[in-house]
Amino acid sequence: MSTMESFTPIASTIGGLLIGTAAAGLLLFHGRIAGISGIAGGIFRREAGDISWRVMFLVGLFAAGAAWSLFYPQDYVVEISRSTPALIVAGLAVGIGTQLGSGCTSGHGVCGIGRLSKRSTVATVSFMITAALTVFVVNEVLGGSI
Amino acid sequence: MKVTIGAFLGGALFGVGLAIAGMTQPAKIVGFFDFFGSWDPSLAFVMVGAILVYTPVYRWAIRTWQHPVWAPAFSLPTRSDIDGRLVLGSAIFGVGWGLGGYCPGPAFTSVGARSQEALTFGLAMLIGVGIYQVFMRMREKRNGGAVDPQAAAMIDG
Repeated sequence: MSTMESFTPIASTIGGLLIGTAAAGLLLFHGRIAGISGIAGGIFRREAGDISWRVMFLVGLFAAGAAWSLFYPQDYVVEISRSTPALIVAGLAVGIGTQLGSGCTSGHGVCGIGRLSKRSTVATVSFMITAALTVFVVNEVLGGSI
Repeated sequence: MKVTIGAFLGGALFGVGLAIAGMTQPAKIVGFFDFFGSWDPSLAFVMVGAILVYTPVYRWAIRTWQHPVWAPAFSLPTRSDIDGRLVLGSAIFGVGWGLGGYCPGPAFTSVGARSQEALTFGLAMLIGVGIYQVFMRMREKRNGGAVDPQAAAMIDG
């Protein structure tokens, strides 16, 4: 393990507090879990009266990126080497996997663990293990590029 | 109207939090799992920070609030059993997360930031979400109702 030159404990904690505040706000005002994959998946289910808040949450997420990147474009740089086919496979895996496993980093990792849910804890351990194995293969076997 | 503005502001705050936390940079995600290279523990600080706010608010709300401000009731996950679908789906998600360096939240907000990589990843992700949801709906139709409503609905988040 070499030096942790990119470690950002303070900024990451502040960002985490804001994410927690946003998730808590969605719970207090809408009574919903702030799981991004669940919010997106529900749009495809097209249940009446259950669409607009989902779309608006995702539009807010999108708008934040659009606005924030005008002032801090370096927050969105991609410094890992990934081909287009690798990104497509990754996207499909995240799309299908989060629906099958009914949650992602936000729904299971933050809200689920925050609710002390056994299911979400197991899910988080599961996706952390396979993410670590995947990064090991890409970085140590394939030389960091795919 | 106020309902959609609330969801919009929630999404926007979530997006700003992700950017400040560094979670919109795939290198920081990959770095968290790069135990044999230059390990970057930032992701753990993000999760702990978020849970530190979320857990007390959640516990207080479900104990003392009759209903959320703009909804008749809280819509919370109820299931507690561990099934293969949960573990397998999460495992597949983890492969994609490690491969692309994006999970759904950072992907959506980085598309807003006009990242080409996020756009490619995000479109494939939406196709994946759509394939699953359409497939489940077809299965439900064939069976004349919800075969396994908890499998189709996003029950944990």
